[in-house]
Amino acid sequence: MIEALAFYMFACTAVAAAVLVISAKNPVHSVLFLILTFFNAAGLFVLLGAEFLAMILVVVYVGAVAVLFMFVVMMLDINFVELRQGFLQYLPIGGLIGIVLLVELLVLVGGWTITADAARSAVAKAPAPEVTSNTHALGEIIYTQYIYLFQAAGLVLLVAMIGAIVLTHRHRDSVKKQNIGDQLARRAEEAVELQKVDIGKGI
Amino acid sequence: MANAQFPDLIPAIPELFLAGIAMALLMFGVFQKGGRDEQNVNVFRVISWMAVIGLVLALLLTTALSGGRLVAFGNIFVSDGYAVFCKVLVLTGSASTLIISKGYLERQGLARFEYPILVIFATLGMMMMISANDLISLYLGLEMQSLSLYVIAAFQRDDGRSTEAGLKYFVLGALASGMLLYGSSLVYGFAGTTNFDTLAKMFTDAGPDGPGTGIIFGIVFILAGLAFKVSAVPFHMWTPDVYEGAPTPVTAFFAVAPKIAALALFMRVMVGPFGDLLAQWQQIVVFISVASMILGAFAAINQRNIKRLMAYSSIGHVGFALVGLAVGNEAGVRAVLIYLTIYLFMNVGTFACILAMRRGGRMVEGIDDLAGFGKTHPMAALALTIFMFSMAGIPPLAGFFGKLYVFLAAIEAQLYGLAIIGVLTSVVGSFYYLRIIRIMYFDDVEDPLDKPVDRDIGIIVTVTALVMVLFFAYPAPVIANAAAAAASLFAG
Repeated sequence: MIEALAFYMFACTAVAAAVLVISAKNPVHSVLFLILTFFNAAGLFVLLGAEFLAMILVVVYVGAVAVLFMFVVMMLDINFVELRQGFLQYLPIGGLIGIVLLVELLVLVGGWTITADAARSAVAKAPAPEVTSNTHALGEIIYTQYIYLFQAAGLVLLVAMIGAIVLTHRHRDSVKKQNIGDQLARRAEEAVELQKVDIGKGI
Repeated sequence: MANAQFPDLIPAIPELFLAGIAMALLMFGVFQKGGRDEQNVNVFRVISWMAVIGLVLALLLTTALSGGRLVAFGNIFVSDGYAVFCKVLVLTGSASTLIISKGYLERQGLARFEYPILVIFATLGMMMMISANDLISLYLGLEMQSLSLYVIAAFQRDDGRSTEAGLKYFVLGALASGMLLYGSSLVYGFAGTTNFDTLAKMFTDAGPDGPGTGIIFGIVFILAGLAFKVSAVPFHMWTPDVYEGAPTPVTAFFAVAPKIAALALFMRVMVGPFGDLLAQWQQIVVFISVASMILGAFAAINQRNIKRLMAYSSIGHVGFALVGLAVGNEAGVRAVLIYLTIYLFMNVGTFACILAMRRGGRMVEGIDDLAGFGKTHPMAALALTIFMFSMAGIPPLAGFFGKLYVFLAAIEAQLYGLAIIGVLTSVVGSFYYLRIIRIMYFDDVEDPLDKPVDRDIGIIVTVTALVMVLFFAYPAPVIANAAAAAASLFAG
């Protein structure tokens, strides 16, 4: 009973927030509604017993991606009113394409057959939730069975990091940097000059 | 749950070695780099040579693994005769393009130590692609290779064309990766596994009904993603712009190693897990092969920039190589491997000649700049003539044999149309190869190109030209090894 209630609450809020993402006038509000959608989707994952996915969704999407969106929206001064112009003009053809896609999807789902021995040949069957939590199960294979892929992904990220530095880092002479050695080596005689200033005159 | 066993690392020794070398050189470079330019150039030189040595050592390690079929990491990584053959080609290509790049990069002020390191990482990605025995390891290898390539395409970051090349390659490459992933997820969703061996077994047992529509849908998307990576028509749009915009040594690298690796991967995926579905994918491969051959032949005619011309030429060559894949049997794969071996030497040699084109210290890349090359640089012009004749497929040069084996395989499999179109397009293609020779020998010298040519480039040009000329005298090692490699792909 409570589960069903929770499901409908999360699902309705998610859909309503998703609609508001695309209909809100202010792009900052859109991003905030997007975050709300993510939170509700995470709630749905928890109801499904996939608590690891729920946490990843919150950490990665809310914590990193949405915040990045927010930065971009605030930094780029995009005139969204201008972008929306012609929306009604394109509505009929856009709607038509949408309907065609929907029909195609329905046809595809109608003809859905899964290969007979798909279940038999599954590489890593999900363990039953009673036996172990899914975070634990994931941890057990990601460092053993999938160690190669895990390490390879790490190398890909290393390449991405090198690439970002190669393409953007510049050595600039104009930038003043603190050199502690030079600072400590300075003496009062070099740095301070005493002048006798006559009254009523400048230097 | 039982304790996991320590994985068997022996099959992946070359990859582990290369990864270790790349990270060690990265550390060396970061700590040796200084504020002064000449110091940085020295660091670049040292790291370049170390990288070449590392690639050669990895090549020796790879050949030490030849023989049986070894799998590792829970059957997602495989090292068989096929993988060894292709890895040797890729490592040779990477090492030789690094050697010919050094002079250019130093002259253009691009001598930053990250370049050889990114080349090593790209090569590592290619080796992982070649050894992939699972859709996930395929994707990770491909991404590692592509990411390094995007960065080195934009390596000349102050030059608008180079950044444009990098950005274009990145955006379109990301799209292709998306398609590949979409296809992979469909295959996984409908088949329940990503492992190549299990997939192959499943399709062998599938019976007369064949696989579901979802599987074929997925294969088409995987094909599209792979066709982008080998730049086959209709996924070739990025190639001319990227080849023209990227710095010339990068173009040389692009034309050789990634192309061989992507074709090797293409064959492994199509023949391995989806081998029994030949009837389903053969028509697609036939189409992209014919389209690539035709576009490669006709679009290159009007080009004035030699790098752009080489881009179209490489599209055409991919078309010829795909003829062998379209055949889909052991003879076809053997023909493609022979073709790729010859293509490697032919392209490295040609790009070494292009890298020698300088006037007044600046690089030139117009075809008309070659006017009078035959009088000012007789030896280099002779070598370039050999490469052009070989690309056109004129006997007794090596390029002729590459095409011969591919077309023979097609005729034996009764794909006569494919073979006929191949021969006709190679006649059209010879027009622009021969035009380069005409310009070199018969046009007047207006403004001769600089002399002398770098020693490294001279050595590479000599070696590759000798391979082109002498291949017909002693082709046995290449043909025998290619045959063994093709057999190992079908045995697995």
